[in-house]
Amino acid sequence: MTALFDTLFNGLAIGSVLMLTALGLAVVFGLMGVINMAHGELMMLGAYTTFVVQNLLKSGPLQALFPIYILLSIPIAFLVSGLVGLLLEKTVIRRLYGRPLETLLATWGVSLILQQFVRSVSTAFFLGLLAAVALGLLAPRFTPAALWRQRWTPLLKVGNWILALIVGIALGSLLGEQRALHQPWFSARNIDVTAPEWLRGSIDLGGVTMPTARLFILALTALALVGVNWFLQKSAWGIRIRAVTQNRSMSSCLGIPTETVDALTFFVGSGLAGIAGVAVSLLGSVGPNLGGNYIVLAFMVVVLGGLGKLWGTVVAAFVLGILDYVIGSGSLLLLWPSMPAALNGVISFFATTSMAKVLVFVLIMVFLQFRPAGMFPQKGRMVEA
Amino acid sequence: MSVSATPPAFVRRWWPWILIVAAALILPVILPPFRLNLLGRFLSLGIVALGVDLIWGYTGLLSLGQGIFFALGGYALGMHLSLNSLEPGQLPEFFGLYGVNSLPAFWQPFTSPLFTLAAIWVIPALVAGILGFLVFRNRIKGVYFSILTQAALLVFFNFFNGQQKLINGTNGLKTDTAKVFGALVGSDAMQRNLFWLTVLLVIAAWLLCRWLTSGRFGDALVAIRDDEPRMRFTGYNPTAYKTLVFTVAGALAGISGALYTVQSGIISPQFMAVPFSIEMVIWVAVGGRGTLLGAVLGAVLINYAKSLISEQLPETWLFVQGALFLLVVTALPDGLVGWWRQGGPGHILAMFGWPPRSATYPGLDLDPSMLAEREALEGPSSSDSARGGER
Repeated sequence: MTALFDTLFNGLAIGSVLMLTALGLAVVFGLMGVINMAHGELMMLGAYTTFVVQNLLKSGPLQALFPIYILLSIPIAFLVSGLVGLLLEKTVIRRLYGRPLETLLATWGVSLILQQFVRSVSTAFFLGLLAAVALGLLAPRFTPAALWRQRWTPLLKVGNWILALIVGIALGSLLGEQRALHQPWFSARNIDVTAPEWLRGSIDLGGVTMPTARLFILALTALALVGVNWFLQKSAWGIRIRAVTQNRSMSSCLGIPTETVDALTFFVGSGLAGIAGVAVSLLGSVGPNLGGNYIVLAFMVVVLGGLGKLWGTVVAAFVLGILDYVIGSGSLLLLWPSMPAALNGVISFFATTSMAKVLVFVLIMVFLQFRPAGMFPQKGRMVEA
Repeated sequence: MSVSATPPAFVRRWWPWILIVAAALILPVILPPFRLNLLGRFLSLGIVALGVDLIWGYTGLLSLGQGIFFALGGYALGMHLSLNSLEPGQLPEFFGLYGVNSLPAFWQPFTSPLFTLAAIWVIPALVAGILGFLVFRNRIKGVYFSILTQAALLVFFNFFNGQQKLINGTNGLKTDTAKVFGALVGSDAMQRNLFWLTVLLVIAAWLLCRWLTSGRFGDALVAIRDDEPRMRFTGYNPTAYKTLVFTVAGALAGISGALYTVQSGIISPQFMAVPFSIEMVIWVAVGGRGTLLGAVLGAVLINYAKSLISEQLPETWLFVQGALFLLVVTALPDGLVGWWRQGGPGHILAMFGWPPRSATYPGLDLDPSMLAEREALEGPSSSDSARGGER
C-alpha cells in the first residue's frame, strides 16, 4: 500500500512539472495554434531569473526578504519571460501567423540565440548589443529623411543594420578589454538555485516521504491552473481571447482588438513558461539548454490532451508523469512481485530514465494511432483538422 | 567579331556537367586532404538535404526526424566496418568493456558486405515507410507531423544512447581504423576515392529527385503541399504519395549517413540529437526549398560557414545560425536559388537605376507614368492579406 502511494506521489510530482511546462504551451499552441519552439528557452529564462533574484537578495539592504525569495521570483519570472515573449511576438511571430511551419523554424532560431545569449552575455556584450540596437533604430531618425525614400533604401536599411552590428561588436570587444566587464554573467556552466530553508525538508505521511519542494511545485501548479482557468473563463480579456480563438473575423467585426489579444495571449503563455522555470530550478541545477529537455514532452502533453482543452492537458500531464515514473523507476516490480518472468524482463529493460522515455514516446505514438486528435478532441466538421 | 566566339553546341548543352567533372577531377589535386575531406562530407550531407527538399520543399511535410534515417544508414555501415577487419572469433573492442562475450544476434548479418550495402538504404527506407504510413494514414499533418517526427527522433536517440551493450551507447562506432579492400578507411587515398564516390552519388541522387519531381508524380507532390483536401476530393490518395516520398527521403538519408560516417570516421547517437535534424531543414531553406540545386548548395555552403566560424569564433556560430533561421523565414523564403531565379540580382541593380529587364514591352512595362497609374488602380500591395480569419 505504501509502495502504491509512493508511486502515485512521485508520478504526480513529475506530472506537475510537466503540467506547469505544458500549461503555457496549452495557451500559446492550444489556443492560438502558434508553435513556439523557444518556449523551453523562456522557461530557462525563468530559472535564471530565480537565480538572479536569489543572488540579489542574499546580501544587501533587502536581505530580510531572502527567506521568501522564491515567492518573489514567481511574479518577476512571469514578467521577464512574458516580456521576452511579447517582444518575440511583436517582432517575429506577428509576421508569420497562418504559416505554422515557418513559425516553427523561426522560433527555433530564436531559441538558439537565447541559449547562446545566456552563455556569453557579459556587461561588455550587453552594452555592445544595446549600442547596436540603438544605432540601428535611431539612425533613420537622425539622417535626412530623403535618404529613406529612395529606390535603394532597402539596401541602405540592410547596410545600416550591418554597420550598427559592426559598431556594436567593436564597442563590445573594446569594453571587453576591461576584465570586470568581460566576465560573463552566467557562462556556459550550470547554475544552482538553493531552495530556501523551509523548502528543504520533507514531510512523512503514512510512510511516504514527500519532499517539501515537490509539494511546493504541486501547490504552485494547482494555483497556476486555477489562475489560468479563471483568467480564460471569467475575466474580460480571457473571454476576448476565447472569442478570437473561436472566430477571428467575427470577433474583429464586433470590435475586439485582435492584435492586442494575440499579443496578450502570447504574453500570458510565455509568462507561464517563466513560472515553470522557477519550479524547475528547485529540482536541480539548470543550464542554458534546460529547455530542450522539456519542450518535446510538453508538446506531446498538449497534443495528447487535445488542443484547446485545458483539462485535457491536465489529465495528459499526470498520466504521462505517472507512466514515466512507474516505468522509469521499475516500481511496477515492487507493486507486483509475482510477475511472470517474460514481462519482468521487458519491464526491467525499460527501467532507466532514458529507456522509460523511449517507451513513453512509443506509447504516445501508438495512442495517437487510435485517437489522432488526442484524448479529448474538439468536435467539429472541418476538413482541416 | 570572330565566328568562333560561340562555343560548339556540345559545350553549350553540357557545360554544367563539364564543369562538375572538371571540378571533381581537379579539386582532389589542389585541395589539401583535410579540406577535401570536409568538402566530401558536406557533399554527402547534400544527399540528405535532397531528401528533405523532396518532402518539405515539394510536398510540404516538415520532418524533424531525418536524423533517424541518417544515423541508421551510418550505423549499418559502421557495424559492418567494425566487424570486417576482425579475426574469426574476435569481437569489436568495446564489447569487452561491458562484458559481452558473444556477438548480439542483430550484428550477425552485418558481416556480409552485400547485406550491408543493401541495409544502408533499405533499413532507413523501411523505418521511414512504416513510420510514414502510420502517421499519414491518420491524416496527421502540419506541425503535428513535425512534433511527432521529433518524438520519434527522441525515441531512437534515447535507445541508441542508452544501449551500451548493444551498440556502444554514447561513444558510437569508429570507422577510421577499419580496412576495406586492404586499405585503411582513414587513409588519404581511400578518402579521395570516397570523395569521388560521394560526387557520383550526389549526382545520382540529384537525377533521381529530378526524375521524381518533374513528371506527374512531382505535380502530385506539389498538389499535396498546396491543397491536400482538394487533391483528396479529386480522387487521389495523398497517403500513398506521402508515404512513398517519405520512404525515398529516408533511403537518401541513409545513404548520406553512410557516406558521412566513413568520411568523418565516427557515427554516434549525436546524429540523432534534435538540433542536427533541424539543421538539415535550414540547409534546404537557405539554399532554396523546392529547388534541388538549392538543397545541395545550401548543405555545402552552410556547413562550410559552420566549420569556418566554429574554427575562428566558436561562440558566435549559434548566433549566426539563429539569425539565419530568422532571416531565411522572414526575408528570403525561397532561399538563395529561388531569389536568383526570381530575378533577385536584377532587383538590386534596379535600385541603382539600372533598367530592369522586361519580358514584354519595356516601353509600356517600365514607363514611370504607367507604373504610377497601375499603382493607383490596384492600390498598394497589402502585406496584411496573408493573415486570414481561419487559423
